[in-house]
Amino acid sequence: MNKIYILWLRQLKRYWRSRSRIVGSLVQPMLYLLALGYGFGAVFRQAGQGNYLTFLAPGVVGMTIIFSAIFSGMEVIWDRQFGFLKETLVAPMPRFNIMLGRTLGGATVATLQGMIVLLISLLFGFRPVNPWAIATVIPFMFLVALMFTALGTAIASVLNDMQGFQLIINFLVMPMFFLSGALYPLQGLPLGLAAVARVNPLSYGVDAFRDLLIGAGHYGLAIDSAVLVGLIVAFLAAGSRFFSRVEV
Amino acid sequence: MIEVKGVTKKFDKVVAVDDVSFAVNAGEIFALLGPNGAGKSTTIKMLTTLLRPTAGSVTVNGFDVAQQPDQVRRSFGIVFQDPSLDVELTAWENMEIHGVLYDVPRAQRNERSEQLLKFVELWDRKDDVVKVFSGGMKRRLEIARGLLHSPKIMFLDEPTLGLDPQTRNSMWSYLRELNKAQGTTVLFTTHYMEEAERIAQRIAIIDQGKIVALGTAAELKEKTGKASLEDAFLALTGKQIRDEAADPKELMRAFMRSRMGQK
Repeated sequence: MNKIYILWLRQLKRYWRSRSRIVGSLVQPMLYLLALGYGFGAVFRQAGQGNYLTFLAPGVVGMTIIFSAIFSGMEVIWDRQFGFLKETLVAPMPRFNIMLGRTLGGATVATLQGMIVLLISLLFGFRPVNPWAIATVIPFMFLVALMFTALGTAIASVLNDMQGFQLIINFLVMPMFFLSGALYPLQGLPLGLAAVARVNPLSYGVDAFRDLLIGAGHYGLAIDSAVLVGLIVAFLAAGSRFFSRVEV
Repeated sequence: MIEVKGVTKKFDKVVAVDDVSFAVNAGEIFALLGPNGAGKSTTIKMLTTLLRPTAGSVTVNGFDVAQQPDQVRRSFGIVFQDPSLDVELTAWENMEIHGVLYDVPRAQRNERSEQLLKFVELWDRKDDVVKVFSGGMKRRLEIARGLLHSPKIMFLDEPTLGLDPQTRNSMWSYLRELNKAQGTTVLFTTHYMEEAERIAQRIAIIDQGKIVALGTAAELKEKTGKASLEDAFLALTGKQIRDEAADPKELMRAFMRSRMGQK
């Protein structure tokens, strides 16, 4: 327990100390809020869909979390050659606990990033249905973060170079983000796109955020929660299986 | 202290280590000497539970690496070929995490961390983040960290690669002192002949996954009828240059060096 805690704490210290990285990773979400949120606002309103920025903000929070979480999961690739991973692999503890400490740490960091973006979106004019909504959405942000950190770790455990990393970003993370309903409503989509959204883990995360923050869920909170928890279990299981085979 | 019996490691079809057997006595300083790609690192990884042998058995401090990995892990400290410190954390924090991972009680952890950081002359830098350290300082910190849980054996994989002579010299003086005072067994790999000859009591020369000779430097010279260990080494392993294929790890290593401005 102590060991998992110290590995978690390590990730938080690293996060806290890399201020420039924190600021850098906030630029992209802010651009989305600014360019899309304000840019498409008028069109969205004319279509009778209300305030686009309000609709978009939960999606941008989801984007922040998926990128941050996958990155920290995929750090394993780099870390096993030049980093701290070897130090933990020769320590007297089960591999599963190493993975758990890392994953919980990465997920906590991704959640913090998501919270910062949520607060920033308030400055851009985002208003949740009520102030408590922000508190209720945090556990769901953590679930989404945990799901993607576990996925990132699982993938990184079977890749052995950095080229694979770029591939995963372009062929997995970007499509997941763009096809998740983070940017557009899931109602009335063409069938193909609706089907893709349905098998996309991020859709359920963004949907839960929207449900809690602006009272506009699509699948419903029960389904969202069930899918998120189910996938967390699946990804952690896959991660622990692959991670236990990591050779350096 | 270390017993290796008929150990083989295959990666797909490549045999990296081929039916290797040797034993290291308690309190001994032992060198694995060999050209690039000879199987030195692979051997160390098997001794330290990072790789599972395809065949054969390894015991470290009386524990079997496959059956009792945690007891084996508590028995040794290691300095890897590539850095394994968390550079965003301070020297002290790196020590602290190591102590927690090896179940060293807090009081003892603090006491030993202080003692070891003084030993490697980093005590006044304990609160600096490791990324501002030079290559030599990092190596010294890795040695201090590896010793924190009072291991019986210290493994070092090419520990002096890229270090200047001063740092190399001080590093070996720490390790010799430790070997003398505590009786810590030391096993290291290198491709510097003079280092093996000067530091190690016995040397195993490994080439293409096999041990081609084992003995004291004097015995190896006598066996080959050569005057220097370098000539003995060349007589045993041939003069052909070994080109390692640029695998992903080597590419990453090259990138790392260019990024960090290291030689």
